[in-house]
Amino acid sequence: MNDLLSPAVNTLQSMFNAQVAEFRDEVTLTFTPDQVVPAAKILRDQFGFDVLAVETAVDYCPQTTPRFHMVYIFYSSTLHIYLNFRAGLPAENPTISTLETVYPNANWRERELWDLMGIKFEGHSDLRRILMPPNWEGHPLRKDYPLGYEEVQYTFNFEDIDLRKPKGVRLP
Amino acid sequence: MREIQEFTLDDLRHLVSPRAISGETMVLNMGPQHPSTHGVLRLIVELDGEIVVNVIPDIGYLHTGIEKNMESKTYQKAEVMTDRIDYMYTIGNNLVYTLAVEKLTGLISPPRADAIRVILVELSRLQSHLLWIGTSALDLAAMSVFLYAMRERELVLDIFEMCSGQRMMTTYIRPGGLWRDVPAEFEDAVKTLVAIMPKRIDEYESLLTKNPLFLDRTRGIGKIDTKTCLAWDVTGPTLRATGMPFDYRKANPYCGFEQYDFDIPTQTTGDIYGRYLVRVEEMRQSVRIIEQALNKLPYGPVRDNNRKYIPPPRSEIGVSMESLIHHFKLWTEGFNPPVGSVYTAVESPRGEMGVFLESDGGPKPYRVHYRTPSIMLLQALPQMAIGHFVADLVGIIGSIDIVLGDTDR
Repeated sequence: MNDLLSPAVNTLQSMFNAQVAEFRDEVTLTFTPDQVVPAAKILRDQFGFDVLAVETAVDYCPQTTPRFHMVYIFYSSTLHIYLNFRAGLPAENPTISTLETVYPNANWRERELWDLMGIKFEGHSDLRRILMPPNWEGHPLRKDYPLGYEEVQYTFNFEDIDLRKPKGVRLP
Repeated sequence: MREIQEFTLDDLRHLVSPRAISGETMVLNMGPQHPSTHGVLRLIVELDGEIVVNVIPDIGYLHTGIEKNMESKTYQKAEVMTDRIDYMYTIGNNLVYTLAVEKLTGLISPPRADAIRVILVELSRLQSHLLWIGTSALDLAAMSVFLYAMRERELVLDIFEMCSGQRMMTTYIRPGGLWRDVPAEFEDAVKTLVAIMPKRIDEYESLLTKNPLFLDRTRGIGKIDTKTCLAWDVTGPTLRATGMPFDYRKANPYCGFEQYDFDIPTQTTGDIYGRYLVRVEEMRQSVRIIEQALNKLPYGPVRDNNRKYIPPPRSEIGVSMESLIHHFKLWTEGFNPPVGSVYTAVESPRGEMGVFLESDGGPKPYRVHYRTPSIMLLQALPQMAIGHFVADLVGIIGSIDIVLGDTDR
């Protein structure tokens, strides 16, 4: 483990009883969902990890407890090191508190995760869909969501397919 | 059949000011088919007269589900999808994905491949900045720069075509090295470009840097400071224009960037003009790096020889049945990297571009997430635009250099 990283890792490990894993020189701390925000706050205020570089999730369907893993990657712009957080979320109603209060840029990252993965963020200021249309059903990045395709329109069947295609509606 | 609904002012009630609900300020729609939004970006702008009170970006018009698609393809085939993410930095997209696969599998790219990678990503940065200088000046009504910049960009694209057969979607950088060695005429073409570029950059500068109209439209507009940048995860030239010398190539070098001598240009103003000066200087630094890399371009193989991941060379396939089978198996079934997740990042012309790659031990990536700079730049747009004229909003969007493919993936 990188010497610069060990103070932060040791502190968080003893405070929250987190599991430490290392793979290809990347250190990952695994927390329970309610520990993520306080741990991130300590990481930012005491250890200078001032950038939330990545916030994403992995779906381990059909596994159910936990089905999702939240992945946070923090970066220190002074020490130039990364630290990963993970937190498992259940299949039924996956919910975690928002990191927006600590890192404001989590806003859109969490909107994207709600949109594509269906993870809810408690206390988020603006949890709307961001990439898909507002009334889209389902969450495309989940493993149980099919890939799907769009029917190709040729001259001879253009109108038949056109009738079935989703269309935009004008604003009132 | 599903109708796609639009959201209404009611849905945005928590984002606009109370004055918009009472009708005191105007809520206007800008885009998505607006030439100055550099793609399909839609902005919902709240205006008090001509002053911007709030900007609500609405993205997703270019969402193509690249991350989902990559999960259904083998590692080799998924790379073709990466070109389409940031379509102005295609070689860099390949590179960051390749670096992630190399970190996962332990492949090592040979020195010659590394040097060629450096030349190509810097050329890619150069052409991205050339298009940027053209289009962002066009937004501020400076027509002629665009024509000059496109002339040089053509030369760069010719070099890409020479190497890979494609002008933009190259897929040239592969895990373990390159697809194949560069052609014989490559060095001469790059040398010609390196020789003419400094003079050409002076030419663009003579059109803009001291142009009073350009100065009026850019100085003191769209300001942002370092602290806000870091909090909103804004990187790249926008961060460097605020005075912080953070460049990923220096901070966490990849592909042997530590061997090259180059500076990180910074400005302290944090406005459009600062970003302009940083990018122009970055073009010069790119040329410097290309020149150094070309001068000490080593000879040798361009691909790792780890047969677990790399197919046998073409010459061997013709004479050995085992090699033919090996090649066939690798391309139909793919390779199986160890279980785990990695994160790698490179410096794109817009900021830090990273890949989070998770493997479950199978031939397809289990999860790929592209951490792209444009989406974070766009999220911070209200921080820069509020309080300025709506005409300056166009200049600000141009100055942060967003690519919508990069934003929506």
